[in-house]
Amino acid sequence: MSTEVASKPIKTSEPLFSKKNMRLLSDPLNENNPITVQVLGICSALAVTAQVKPAFIMALAVTFVTAASNVFISLLRNLIPGNIRIIVQLTIVATMVILVDLVLKAYVYDVSKQLSVFVGLIITNCIIMGRLEAFAMGNKPWASFLDGIGNGLGYAAILIIVAIMREILGSGTLLGYQVVPQFMYDAGFANNNLMVVPAGALFAVGIIIWVQRAQNKYYETE
Amino acid sequence: MLADRLKEKVSKALLDLAENIKPKVAKGKPFHFLHSFYDGNYTLMFQPGTTTKGKVHLRDGIDSKRTMFTVVIAMIPCLLFGMWNAGHQHFAPIIEIAERLISAISLDSLSQEVLWAKINALAAVDGGLADAMYEAGRRNLEGPELLSYIMPSIENIADAGFFSKFIYGAIRVLPIVVVSYVTGLGIEFAVAQMKGHPIAEGFLVSGMLIPLIMPVTIPLWMVVVATAFAVIIGKEIFGGTGMNILNVALTARVFIFFAYPTSISGDKVWIQDLVDGASGATALAQAFEGGVAGLSWSWFDMFIGSIPGSIGETSTLMILIGAAILIATGIGSWKIMLSVMLGAGVMGILLNIVGGMEGVENQFLAVPFYYHWVMGGLAFGAVYMATDPVTASQTEKGKWIYGFLIGFFAILVRVLNPAYPEGIMLAILFFNVFAPLIDHYIVEANIKRRLAYAKG
Repeated sequence: MSTEVASKPIKTSEPLFSKKNMRLLSDPLNENNPITVQVLGICSALAVTAQVKPAFIMALAVTFVTAASNVFISLLRNLIPGNIRIIVQLTIVATMVILVDLVLKAYVYDVSKQLSVFVGLIITNCIIMGRLEAFAMGNKPWASFLDGIGNGLGYAAILIIVAIMREILGSGTLLGYQVVPQFMYDAGFANNNLMVVPAGALFAVGIIIWVQRAQNKYYETE
Repeated sequence: MLADRLKEKVSKALLDLAENIKPKVAKGKPFHFLHSFYDGNYTLMFQPGTTTKGKVHLRDGIDSKRTMFTVVIAMIPCLLFGMWNAGHQHFAPIIEIAERLISAISLDSLSQEVLWAKINALAAVDGGLADAMYEAGRRNLEGPELLSYIMPSIENIADAGFFSKFIYGAIRVLPIVVVSYVTGLGIEFAVAQMKGHPIAEGFLVSGMLIPLIMPVTIPLWMVVVATAFAVIIGKEIFGGTGMNILNVALTARVFIFFAYPTSISGDKVWIQDLVDGASGATALAQAFEGGVAGLSWSWFDMFIGSIPGSIGETSTLMILIGAAILIATGIGSWKIMLSVMLGAGVMGILLNIVGGMEGVENQFLAVPFYYHWVMGGLAFGAVYMATDPVTASQTEKGKWIYGFLIGFFAILVRVLNPAYPEGIMLAILFFNVFAPLIDHYIVEANIKRRLAYAKG
């Protein structure tokens, strides 16, 4: 007996790196940047960017937490009762943050000391909650993962640019190495204290937003 | 009349020149990139023939450019006095040393070691003496020969009079003025050109205010950075002249105050080339240490202004002359000036009462309120910066409230927060931010009152 199974047209699943998925990665880097466009996660951007090294570690930590919690929430999205979804989201984010905190303490203790409460405060970072609510609750795990990585990188990009500006102008160093030559100090140059305090970061972020909007021809509409 | 005809000739020649240049900077012509610069200078020399085209306007010959110039003229007394004072503060301690040195040399009362130590200390702060020492060293002069060679330079210091002081100060102050104007106007011209706007005149006043609120020793590159910051971040991104929230000159000062605090606060920055061992503390610093008893000057000295401080802020007398010009021409608001002083007085009296209580040790609290009027930058800020029409309250009642609160908080910060001796700077910036809110409530109250009246 020969059974001819009519070959049904297979539902073509989307390729892993389709154009749409890549946009999830690239959008948050510029047009939909979490810091400069959505203006989220500002507190940590102001607090940890006095030097490049802690800013880099912080950026890594946030990228990891965003991506991982996006994936988990996306997997659970159909099981989470709507009424208590925020609590579930927080539990997962908190778990991820504790993981990150322990890893930092184990491997880069000095930076962990420098970041102090700001690692713990990743839990309250609006970018993460925002992505969980806006994206992971309604999309598949892979797309959610890419979205998390993209937003983390968008956050990281701004953090590192701000940190580079602040560390060079405020301390004359980059990653701890002297970059402003000694002869400039001898000639009367002085480090800019304003860049060491968080107010300097506010100016730096503001200038980045200004440049970015001028580039993207973005205008405020009534 | 010859003078009249000459005047006519010159102005006709200038007008012809302007008319000749005009087509060269028109749109599409090679010198178009200079058209903002041309417009700026043209309207400076000649009153433009165009009038406002909007609906209802009060039309007056005094446009914003001429308003600004009046303010600059009102600042000239402070500038000139500041130049003299910069020299005076430098020379006052070393004249004394030079005089004692001359008498000691004639009496031969000092050991060689002490004598040369003193001469070297003088040479460290006086260029003329340093040059003479260098020249003598080149000629291998020693002992009495060397002494007689450098003697004229020492006498020169001891004889320093009004003109030596004024010229010494002018040489230090003028570069700051030039740098501030070149930086600020350069940015204004560039922005005007980029946006296709006519040049805004706002910087004419700020450019003069910035040097007057700097210490004479301020490095010029800091003036450049601070001016650029103030004009770009403080003004242009809000939409340029007339749109800024904060006073531009104070934005420049507050930038240096927080970015390079050691260059604009402390005891060492107010006097150019301060001789070792002399005190360069301002009146505020001295009063903070020891109250009225700790002051080296009387109330009258501080009123005249021959004390260390920012270039233009020390002389309350000159500021009063400026205030008279501003009030007579109707440009500065006397309500704001008066209410700042009132606010400062009230706070001063309150602090006096607290300072008079038992168990209060702080002597600064006990400084009488009328001392506060002449110390630090209170008077200067009240007359030239609190009255800035762009950033002050616009309503008449609002001006009283705005000014009063500035004075009130200026003295509060000055006396109770030793980290920020210059309370007036922070108080003005603070209430610049509040001015629109004050106006809002005044206007709302007016509307409510008149509605109630209309309902009868």
